[in-house]
Amino acid sequence: MVEILLDATVRAGTPILFATLGAIINERAGIINLGIEGLMLIGALAGFAGTYLTGSLLLGVLFAFAASFLAGSIHALITVQLRGNQIVSGLALTMFGVGITALFGKGMVGLTIVGFKRVAIPGLSQLPLIGRPFFNQDLLIYFSFLLVFVIWFFFYRTRWGLGVRSVGENPAAADTCGFSVSTYRFFAVTIGSGLVGIGGAYLSLASTPMWIENMTAGRGWIAVALVIFAGWSSPRAMLGAYLFGGITAMQLRFQAMGTTISAHVLQMLPYFFTILVLVISTQRIQKGASQQPEGLGLPYDREDRK
Amino acid sequence: MTDFLKIQNVRKTFPGVVALDDVSFSVAPGEIHTLLGENGAGKSTLMNVLTGLYHPDRGQISVAGEPIHFTSPRDSLACGIGMVHQHFMLVPAHSVFENILLALDNVPNFYSKKKYKEKIQKLIDEFDLDLDLDIPVWKLSIGAQQWIELIKLLMRDCQLLILDEPTAVLTPQEAERLFNVLRKLKEQGKSIIFISHKMREVMEISDRVTILKKGCSIATRTRGDFDESTLASLMIGKDKIPQWQKNLQMSDEIVLDIQNLSVRNDRGLSDLDDFNLQLKKGEILGIAGVAGNGQKALAEVLTGLKNTSQGKIMAGEEDITNSNARYSYIAGIAHIPEDRKTIGIAPDMSVDENLIMKSFKSGSFRNWIFQNKKAIRRNAEEKIEQFAIKSGPDGTPVRYLSGGNIQKVIIARELSEHPAVLVALYPTRGLDIGSAGYVHKVIADGADRGMSTILIAEDLDELLKLSDRIAVMFRGKLIGYVDPRKTTREEIGLMMSGEKGSLPDLP
Repeated sequence: MVEILLDATVRAGTPILFATLGAIINERAGIINLGIEGLMLIGALAGFAGTYLTGSLLLGVLFAFAASFLAGSIHALITVQLRGNQIVSGLALTMFGVGITALFGKGMVGLTIVGFKRVAIPGLSQLPLIGRPFFNQDLLIYFSFLLVFVIWFFFYRTRWGLGVRSVGENPAAADTCGFSVSTYRFFAVTIGSGLVGIGGAYLSLASTPMWIENMTAGRGWIAVALVIFAGWSSPRAMLGAYLFGGITAMQLRFQAMGTTISAHVLQMLPYFFTILVLVISTQRIQKGASQQPEGLGLPYDREDRK
Repeated sequence: MTDFLKIQNVRKTFPGVVALDDVSFSVAPGEIHTLLGENGAGKSTLMNVLTGLYHPDRGQISVAGEPIHFTSPRDSLACGIGMVHQHFMLVPAHSVFENILLALDNVPNFYSKKKYKEKIQKLIDEFDLDLDLDIPVWKLSIGAQQWIELIKLLMRDCQLLILDEPTAVLTPQEAERLFNVLRKLKEQGKSIIFISHKMREVMEISDRVTILKKGCSIATRTRGDFDESTLASLMIGKDKIPQWQKNLQMSDEIVLDIQNLSVRNDRGLSDLDDFNLQLKKGEILGIAGVAGNGQKALAEVLTGLKNTSQGKIMAGEEDITNSNARYSYIAGIAHIPEDRKTIGIAPDMSVDENLIMKSFKSGSFRNWIFQNKKAIRRNAEEKIEQFAIKSGPDGTPVRYLSGGNIQKVIIARELSEHPAVLVALYPTRGLDIGSAGYVHKVIADGADRGMSTILIAEDLDELLKLSDRIAVMFRGKLIGYVDPRKTTREEIGLMMSGEKGSLPDLP
């Protein structure tokens, strides 16, 4: 029972995990990206279309990455190169994503593909309790585990990662040390957006291998909130994503058991917890435990006279 | 000897402002060249041109004889030019190690933490500094942060070091240590551009001095060919320094009594720790201390911008602990904030509007719920005249005024209702001699009228000249009072680093 619930938790949490990791890379470089929801949809559709057309799941994932990389570059262009308002640009990106996927997705509705299959890791998958949820999953989930570590390593053990973090904390300092603020920010936004797209693709290639209009159902917004909950750290993003996956899994379980609580109330739960998490983590930030990049949301203009 | 750096006829304009008009000067290897000039003379702009942050409109820069065109800080760094900015270019959330690593070239993407730590530690030992590489920068004192900036440049092996007012954040003893390091670097053949307002230091360390005025380099003097008064007169020209007389009488009536005050900051550390202070009527109480030892918290608590966690503030008989800013104003406490552009004014609003910001509710500036434009304009004209504010055409946003004039706007507004207490936080920071003199005069005149002033400043000479008493702060505690007529700079310097003074309490 617990095993099944944990398994459902991981599967429900993974798309949010990808999206949160992508958003963390954005925000670590100082750019707020409220386009996550739209990017996920673009990734979901591109991933599905790619797999449907080529028959390859791997190509589908690459399509998803590339499509949301491109969509993210719109946000990067506006916020980094043109120093536009990050909030407005991000919201526009979400609306753009919702609209364009509805338009191009029309022909894809009702089509089916063969989605990602579980691949058991010999030995580990036999472990009690955690074997099935963590070591008998599909390849994208294993990739997400790897990504959590890679992103942590990137930020804290590589020079590029140091550059991204510095550009997000104090762009002027990075600039005077010879780092190109716009290059770092641009690629943080686009590559981060690409990862968000893979999160979307997980929905259309693994969770339910089909395209449904607006199939992200607000998961992108949850990811935006989780970035704050996670304190901009990738291991904590994993914790947060699975917390939400757990709530989703539980409410599905409740529904299946046929409780008398209205299904609408149960479906509301993950979003309700989003609000709760935001309240709690915002309070924590105000108490000074903040990991928030200091340059977050601020455009950088070298010749701006202060 | 060929000059390491040569600048000829550099000009830089911003929309509507000529920041640099025509500047030429040069620095030789093994030379300490001081740039002297009033604020707004263009020193910072010039340095930003040298570090590649700004592109000059015209003029020539050559390094080691080669003409050079910088397009970004990267180019400037590649030429061996490094700068310690007045506002440090550090990432507070990162460790000392990460901040230094950020500045290094040719670090492989997958670097060995151990190897680079050893390299940096070697340099730290060479200059006999005390720095923990793993500590986050925000936990360090400002003086220590400056050493990090310097190490950043030395690790890069910069040939030309630019230091923008480096001693502003140091105790006299620390400044002396910095000078020793600079002399050592000079012997190694490095060129140094030194920017300072403090004549004493300029005299002590400079090989040559170039004076900037209104965006032009007007004179260069070699050591032995200048003294304090010639430099000062070259710098100010015909501008007059306002004259004022300090009234040395103060009464024994206590207007403000701070008792066992503790304040915590956003990071949960104590900014003020069991702090006591008494302010007498009509006195100018100077507060000495290295920046970051609680001065800002003191000013913010007194003006109601910050709440206390412990202790009491009594204004006469009244307890004003944790009153809000408006209430502080009613209680007669005015405030000249540290950061005049972000806290002191609303930069995009006009001079007229900024001047009534504290009294906009009063009947004289409104007709029912509408502004009384005429009265507001009349008030502005009066203040502009009285405080000699150069304000530009009517309706000019305050942000376009020079630092000195912005400060005058703030002072005019703060003093408009004749406050009983003035809390002035670094009121002359970044001001030219003329404007600073004006600020001094206003404070001294206020004391004559019975206004008490808490003057927080970093320039000891300023404190010694103006104060009736000086209180020294260290790590949020009051170390003691000294009498400015009897004390020495050395004594205050020692107290600033936490040692008790010989005069624990002055009656």
